[in-house]
Amino acid sequence: MSAQTIIDKIWDAHLVRAETADTPGILYIDLHLIHEVTTPQAFSELRARGLTVRRPERVLATLDHSTPTLPADAHGQRPYASKDAENQVRQLEANCREFGIALEGWDSDDRGIVHVMGPELGATQPGMTIVCGDSHTATHGAFGALAFGIGTTEVGHVLATQCLLQRKPKTFAIHVDGRLRPGVGAKDLILHIIGVIGVGGGTGHVLEYRGSAIEALSMEQRMTVCNMSIEAGARAGLIAPDDTTIAWLAGRPRVPQGADWDRAAARWRALRSDDGARFDREVRIDAADIGPTVTYGTHPGMVMPVHASIPAARDAQEEKALAYMQFGGGRPITGEKVDVVFVGSCTNSRLSDLREAADVLRGRSVAAGVRMLVVPGSVRIKREAEAEGLDAVFTAAGAEWRDAGCSMCIGMNGDIARPGQLVVSTSNRNFEGRQGPGARTVLASPRVAAVAAVNGCITDPDTFLEHAA
Amino acid sequence: MKPVTEVRSRTAVLPFENIDTDRIIPARFLTTTERAGLGRHAFNDWRYTDDGGDNPEFPLNRAEARGCAIVVAGRNFGCGSSREHAPWALLDYGIEAVISSEIADIFRSNSLKNGLLAIVLAEAEHRELIENPGIELAIDVAARTITLPDGRAFAFALDGFARHCLLNGVDQLGFLLDAGAEIDAYEQHAA
Repeated sequence: MSAQTIIDKIWDAHLVRAETADTPGILYIDLHLIHEVTTPQAFSELRARGLTVRRPERVLATLDHSTPTLPADAHGQRPYASKDAENQVRQLEANCREFGIALEGWDSDDRGIVHVMGPELGATQPGMTIVCGDSHTATHGAFGALAFGIGTTEVGHVLATQCLLQRKPKTFAIHVDGRLRPGVGAKDLILHIIGVIGVGGGTGHVLEYRGSAIEALSMEQRMTVCNMSIEAGARAGLIAPDDTTIAWLAGRPRVPQGADWDRAAARWRALRSDDGARFDREVRIDAADIGPTVTYGTHPGMVMPVHASIPAARDAQEEKALAYMQFGGGRPITGEKVDVVFVGSCTNSRLSDLREAADVLRGRSVAAGVRMLVVPGSVRIKREAEAEGLDAVFTAAGAEWRDAGCSMCIGMNGDIARPGQLVVSTSNRNFEGRQGPGARTVLASPRVAAVAAVNGCITDPDTFLEHAA
Repeated sequence: MKPVTEVRSRTAVLPFENIDTDRIIPARFLTTTERAGLGRHAFNDWRYTDDGGDNPEFPLNRAEARGCAIVVAGRNFGCGSSREHAPWALLDYGIEAVISSEIADIFRSNSLKNGLLAIVLAEAEHRELIENPGIELAIDVAARTITLPDGRAFAFALDGFARHCLLNGVDQLGFLLDAGAEIDAYEQHAA
């Protein structure tokens, strides 16, 4: 057999029926993650057709998108953004009861943002096919799983049949060699990659991130990288499993136990692209070229080193983006006054992200006039952070410490910025209005975001922290 | 899904690139649990002024764009989230086809499953349509062509299965359910 990529291997292992010229393949799905926003219409469809959920044990549900991040009042009433938001949560609770699906709901210690929770529980495993009605499902690719976002019609397909109709995607190798500089992290890396291949550069492809700089990343960092694959247009992005992956998964609640674990770990270690495997596209990036990176426009491909000047608009599209951002081409981005700082989202809400922000904030204060929200990705992360005293660091600095959820990444749960406000955000999308109508978003790492909160404006963290030391 | 064999309409042009799903339907309208009724929020924050009136700057609000069922949009239309609310909103707003030089994967998949034609054209052909708003087009799904007023036809790629499903209103879930025995066999083998 000819050399195969890891993508080919996972794909072939999950084909119930191979594709032909006339019909797509039937792909088996190992794990289906669901949340309240993209599922109600799928359950309605099942009910209307008298169908059941084929493999409820392969479905895992959480509440994250529409959920408030402020606590319930004395009567137990949660501060939902609207009646509709509350109704959506109630519907998922009822649907999970009716169809026999495990829901990590309000009372669960395992609840979290869907892409934080799956890995935490060890439900996400190498070699799996994983889907969710959410475009950031690629996050699970960090474990060497083929994970991608689907629409609600497809959610219904998977609920009813545990399968999807799919044509095989093309493959795209992103080689990152060398070492990241100190203070440069996974967020800087993925923003840089999106800048190189473009916001639609991965369309039709699954990305495999590889090379020495990728192998050196922690699992949390790998999740940050894979999470934003969709921002380059790729439905999925993955990293071959290795000792780092296996060590991170060991002992988690849903992984195999005992001798089964040993067999699984051996199988996972062997799961990688063969030497000489051909990719449809390849790009090479030198990790040493990357510094602290931010976005300056209205899509995640408009990126720049934070210390540089804002690139001048090259066309009418970029002019429109700069006008929305109220940024002038040729000017530095440092010094732009910040109104809100958000640390959270499925991109950057894990314990290491919170530590990175806390390391900046410890002994410092959020600047006057700046509102800072820190939102852990799961109940478990919240507890772990509190056990280390990170919550105290944030609140002492003047930041708000919230309950787990998607929060300000997606303006649908009450956590939003006001029109015109500039948000430095560790989330994944800087689209117009993403964080509230008229809100302006600059995407950044937790370190860059925390420095902006302290200094009240976008700031080069290397310069700032060096002078402060 | 109803069969879709052709769409005939004048075009309205959204010449902007990277029109994302948050532009098409902002997240705060995703709290619905229904498919219907999203049309009034299609392009909400672009289409309306702050006081709720029609924004004259939004191209689809112009008199000549009213009633157009075909939108020609800049490159990478539908990028961003997987929300199927985006094609639901567009269809409910009266749009039956979107033409671009590049369309995001998940949006395209969602659109075709709902009978919204998501068509990718070659750059030069796409540019011609962008530069000539308001022309009458006839999209023929069976022939996979777009015919212009002067009789020229632009061919577009459409997966054979997606074409079959559009033309016959095929329910893809039914297709998968029919494969039940094969899925059983796969599960037994994989266990």
